[in-house]
Amino acid sequence: MSVGEESLAVQVRGLVRAFTSKGVLNGIDLDVAPGEFVALLGRSGSGKSTLLRALAQIDHEAEGTGEIRLPERLSVIFQDARLLPWMRVLDNVLLGISGGRDRGRAALAEVGLGGRERAWPHELSGGEQQRVALARALVREPKLLLADEPFGALDALTRVQMHTLLRRLVDVHQPAVLLVTHDIDEAILLADRIVLLEDGKLAADITVALPRTGIARRARIAELRALLHRLLGVEEFPDGGSDAAIPLPSLGERHG
Amino acid sequence: MNAYAERLYLPTAAPRTPAAAPAVEARPARPRQRLSPGTPARYGSLLGPALLLFYWSLLSATGWLDPRILPAPWTAVTTGIELIREGRLQEHLGISAWRAMTGLGFGVVVGTALALLSGLSLLGGYVIDGLVQIKRGVPILALIPFMILWLGIGETMKITLIAVAVFVPIYINTHNALRAIDLRHVELAETVGLSRWQFLRHVVVPGSLPGFLTGLRFAVTSSWLALVVVEQLNATSGIGYMVTLARNYAQTDVMLVGLVVYALLGFGSDALVRLLERRLLRWRRTLGR
Repeated sequence: MSVGEESLAVQVRGLVRAFTSKGVLNGIDLDVAPGEFVALLGRSGSGKSTLLRALAQIDHEAEGTGEIRLPERLSVIFQDARLLPWMRVLDNVLLGISGGRDRGRAALAEVGLGGRERAWPHELSGGEQQRVALARALVREPKLLLADEPFGALDALTRVQMHTLLRRLVDVHQPAVLLVTHDIDEAILLADRIVLLEDGKLAADITVALPRTGIARRARIAELRALLHRLLGVEEFPDGGSDAAIPLPSLGERHG
Repeated sequence: MNAYAERLYLPTAAPRTPAAAPAVEARPARPRQRLSPGTPARYGSLLGPALLLFYWSLLSATGWLDPRILPAPWTAVTTGIELIREGRLQEHLGISAWRAMTGLGFGVVVGTALALLSGLSLLGGYVIDGLVQIKRGVPILALIPFMILWLGIGETMKITLIAVAVFVPIYINTHNALRAIDLRHVELAETVGLSRWQFLRHVVVPGSLPGFLTGLRFAVTSSWLALVVVEQLNATSGIGYMVTLARNYAQTDVMLVGLVVYALLGFGSDALVRLLERRLLRWRRTLGR
C-alpha cells in the first residue's frame, strides 16, 4: 500500500475480494478526492463493508487482487464504538498516540464530551461512546475517514444529532470520508457523492449537489430519494409523493 | 380478608378518598422484585467462619467434643501463644511462607510466560498447550518420586514442586483469557496502528488480566496445598514438619495450631488476591460488586 498522490485521497483499481462466507468484490474502481464525502450505499451483502474493510486493511482472511492507494493518515469508525473498557475515555481517544493529552481533551470537547475525560466507557450512553470513537478518529487528523455504518446501532434521535455533529466536524477538519450506510436519507444528507454497490460492483455514482436551503433543497432530496429507491429496488409507498413529504432534518438550514 | 379485598378491588373495602372515588383506584406500585443480590456488607464473608467457630466452641464447652479428637478453639490460642513464646511457631511459619512464596513466584512467572507464548503465537500453541494439558492430568503427588530422584530432598525439590503445582492454574486461566480476547479490539488496534508492544500492553495484558487473577486465586490455594505435601514428606522445618512431629507425640493441640495457621494463611492470601482483583479491575461493572 503506497501513499497516494496529492490529487486523490483514495484510488482503487480493479479491486477483487473473495471470502468463503462473507461478501465479495468483483473489480471495483473508485476515486475519492481530498475532502470529498462519499457515501457507499447498498443492500446487505452487496459488499460495501467488504470494500471498507479492504480499505482499512483489516481483511486478512480475504483473498484478492487489485491496487489500493491511500493517504498515510486514515482513521476508521466502526458500527460499535469499540472502546477499550479498561481505559478511561481520554486514554481511549489517545490510544496509540504518545503524549498529546491536550489534543485529546480538545477532541473530546469538540464532540461535546469536555469534562468526561476520566469516565469509564461503561458509564457513557451509546451515543456518547460513539462520540468518543469520533474523537479518537479525529485526534489523528486523518486525510481519510472510513466509517462502517457508524450510526446503525443508535436510536433515531441520537442518530440525527450525530449526523449534524459529523457533518460539522468534517467541514472543520476536511478529511475525505467514505461512509458505508444502508440508510438512504443518511447518504443524501451527509454525502457529496453517493456510490451504489450491487453484487460487489459499482452500480451507480450520483452527485448529491443539495441546494443549501428552501424548496429547491426539498425537491432535490425527494428526487434523489426516488432515484435511489428505484435503483435499490425498494418499493415506495403506494401514493409515491407522501414519503418525500416527510420533513427531513435539514443540516444546511441549521448551519448554513 | 383485608389483603384479599385489596387485590380484588372489592367495593366493600374502605374507600381511601372519602369524596368521589375515581373510577380506577390508584394503588401504590408494588416494588419490583430485585434479582441481583444487592450491595454486599463490608465483612459479610466472615459470617460463615464465625458460625463455624461458634458451633465448635459450643460443642467443646459442653463437653460434647472430646479434646483428644479435636481440642477447643481456645486451646489452639493458648498453645499458639506458648509456641510463639518458645519461638518455634514463627520459625516454622517463616520457612513455610518463604517456600510457598518462592514457589508461587516461580510458578506465576513460568505459567504467565507459557500462556503468553502459547496464546499469542500459533507455533507456541502447538508445542506448549498439549504438553500442559498432559501435565494437568498428572497429579502432583505422582511427581514426587521423580522430583526426589532428580533434585534430591532439599529446598530445590520443595520449591520446584510448589512451582509445578502453581503454574498450571495460572497457565490455564490466562491462556483461556488470551483466547477470548475480542477480535474487534484486535481490529481496532490494527486501525490505530499499534505496535506489537503497544498491542500487548494496551489490549492483551488488560484483556487477559481477569483470567490471570482467577488463575492466581487457584494458584495461591495450590501453593499451600503443595506446601503441606512437601513439608510432611521429608522436612526438618516448617509448619508441616511441626504438625508431623506433633502427630508422633499425639499433641493434638499443636496439630490444631498447625491447621489453624494453614487456614489463616489460605484465607488471608485469598483475601489479598481478591483485594488486588478489586483494585485492578475497577473498570468492570458486575453483579458481584
